[in-house]
Amino acid sequence: MSDQPQGCVSPAKGVLTPAASAAAPREGSTQEVTRMQVMVGRPAPDFEASAYLDGGFANVKLSDYRGKWVTLCFYPGDFTFV
Amino acid sequence: MSADSRFTHKVWQEEELSKMVPGGVPYPMLSDAGGRIGAAYGVYDEAAGVDVRGRFLIDPEGVIQAMEVLTPPVGRNFAELTRQIQAFQHVAATKGAEVTPAGWRPGDPTLKPGPDLVGKVWKVWKPKQE
Repeated sequence: MSDQPQGCVSPAKGVLTPAASAAAPREGSTQEVTRMQVMVGRPAPDFEASAYLDGGFANVKLSDYRGKWVTLCFYPGDFTFV
Repeated sequence: MSADSRFTHKVWQEEELSKMVPGGVPYPMLSDAGGRIGAAYGVYDEAAGVDVRGRFLIDPEGVIQAMEVLTPPVGRNFAELTRQIQAFQHVAATKGAEVTPAGWRPGDPTLKPGPDLVGKVWKVWKPKQE
């Protein structure tokens, strides 16, 4: 990871894999450009996210873990119940 | 990964998670600001502004092997996640020569798919009565 000051890390790039149809939204449509790309048996979309790990902040990419099995867990929010 | 910032993750780890689990959660806690990554994975709830309870199992080549999505009130079952990881790793280790039938646990018989097995699975495997 970079040697930037830990406080103000540069924003993470988000989704790195381009969406299947990268065309701009059509007129009259309110669809978000990033659409669901996932299906079992297909590559997981790569991404970069800012993260808290090992007591500090860093940006993490899914492709950093290539060669390992990964469990990616999404959840609604910190300080909630389940 | 949630829509919370890395700062909130840090404080949640310090204030609560480390009191539930010794040393806290040993995995990177990712921040999905604006739900952009969740949206690509089909789990971002735009109206609520949060990622719902999605879990993706990704193999060493970066291919999704399994996914499970729940609405927020119900938590995950880690015994099933562990079972799936073991099953997928077994299949991968045999390069697909062996596949795992329903209810498989490590040590149980596997199946060897091929033309000879068509219509003959009943001879080599019976469902468990659980």
